[in-house]
Amino acid sequence: MGRMDMGSETVASLRGVRLVYHEPSRETLAVDGLDLEVKRGEFVSIVGPSGCGKTSVLSLMTGLIEPSEGSVKVLGLPPREARSRIGYMLQRDALLDWRTIEKNVLLGLEIRRAVSPESKKKALALLGRYGLGDFSRHYPSELSGGMRQKAALIRTLAFEPELLLLDEPFSALDYQTRILLEDEVRSIITQGGYTAILVTHDISEAICMSDRVIVFSSRPARVKREFYVGLPGSAFERRGQAGFGALFDDIWKELREQ
Amino acid sequence: MSREHFMYLKRMRRGERLTVAARVILLVLLISLWEAAGRLGLADPFIVSSPLRVVKTTVSLYSSHDLFPHILTTFYETVVGFVSGTAIGVAAAVLLWFCPFLRRVLDPYLVVLNALPKIALGPILIVWVGAGPGAIIVMALLVSTVVTVMSVLAGFVEQGNERQQLMQTLGATRMQTFIKAVLPASVPTIMSALKISVGMSWVGVIVGEYLVSKRGLGYLIVYGGQVFKLDLVMASIVILCVLAAIMYYAVAAFEKRIDRRFGRE
Repeated sequence: MGRMDMGSETVASLRGVRLVYHEPSRETLAVDGLDLEVKRGEFVSIVGPSGCGKTSVLSLMTGLIEPSEGSVKVLGLPPREARSRIGYMLQRDALLDWRTIEKNVLLGLEIRRAVSPESKKKALALLGRYGLGDFSRHYPSELSGGMRQKAALIRTLAFEPELLLLDEPFSALDYQTRILLEDEVRSIITQGGYTAILVTHDISEAICMSDRVIVFSSRPARVKREFYVGLPGSAFERRGQAGFGALFDDIWKELREQ
Repeated sequence: MSREHFMYLKRMRRGERLTVAARVILLVLLISLWEAAGRLGLADPFIVSSPLRVVKTTVSLYSSHDLFPHILTTFYETVVGFVSGTAIGVAAAVLLWFCPFLRRVLDPYLVVLNALPKIALGPILIVWVGAGPGAIIVMALLVSTVVTVMSVLAGFVEQGNERQQLMQTLGATRMQTFIKAVLPASVPTIMSALKISVGMSWVGVIVGEYLVSKRGLGYLIVYGGQVFKLDLVMASIVILCVLAAIMYYAVAAFEKRIDRRFGRE
């Protein structure tokens, strides 16, 4: 599926997107005049003040909600038609308690009716590769929070998505687990050559994980500024580097001046 | 196993044995008090009966070949009422989960139906279904169905958005979401609904038998009361206790098995 080629193919694009939420008591302009483009192989973070509509942007990309105006294209298609090629990782792992880790990982394939001996083998190989091989027959309740979230990531990777959407996937974890998992997830995503969009409110997480950090304005959300990270090394190594602090300050200033 | 852990297990087992022993002692104590009350003239055995009289009544019912027909009648009515009431209740809850519009429309009707004492419908049932076991079964069914619909539906709806959102992002159809996420997650709720509905079926059957019957434990109780044979009333109640307990524990055992199958102990 042409991973690893870091060409200029656009995987996701939003143009002039406007999104209005309607509630009985009011209507809310959540997104206005948003333009965004993500190329194949890129790892992009979106940071913004809480409640600015970051998650709405991910929902737009999976076609869970439709924009009021503007166009959203994923892999050149309307999101609904591309849905089977998009992997979505939620804040909570939402693993099914009554299924073993192995069965949880195969859930996406099952739903797509794509379970074959071959696809199954591939999916289960991921478990082994990312250190959950010994736990494939365990139930989610027997795993730690970090392991559960990793299992959720593997569930998302199992059907080989071309675009990964990560919606604050570490926010429910304790600090130590979070740092460890950030490191691991970044290496899984970059080594796998996945295209990924991470939504987070944590500036250092954004810098550690991604190649490009997009700062959103407060509501209605639009792109305020973009930063190219350009730091070498793993997520953890990035934290110690000289450029890290400067970039953090720049992003923080941008966020504060809303 | 360390010595400490061994001691811990030993303490725990002793605690369990103590509980069981206390239960048995309490039962024996209650029965002896009951018997003694009559014998020591603290209460009139004609009014309060006594354990020995209960046993004698049960034996005489048995030797006149009356005992088992009564038990079986009541038992049969309860099982049929419970099983069909539960099946209809769960099916209705599934239907309402799939059609949120219908759920909103029917909500006040369900609330009223739930608040209504179903006993009030007794005379209507007798006219519509006929004065016989049919009316009794329908009564049990009515009493257990409404509770089942309400609690099972609440269980389905409670299943957080998280899992439904996950299923949606994986591209699941509504049917797949139900079969793979909502239904298995609701198993514990369904099981506790079953336990409630077992009890409700007994209520329905006994009330039904009070109103219309020529056989059954409810009939024996009413008849015993009318002819002032309180031994018969007490004996029937004791048998009813035993039957209800057996059925409750059967459902509880079933629940345990299901839970094991779903990987939670």
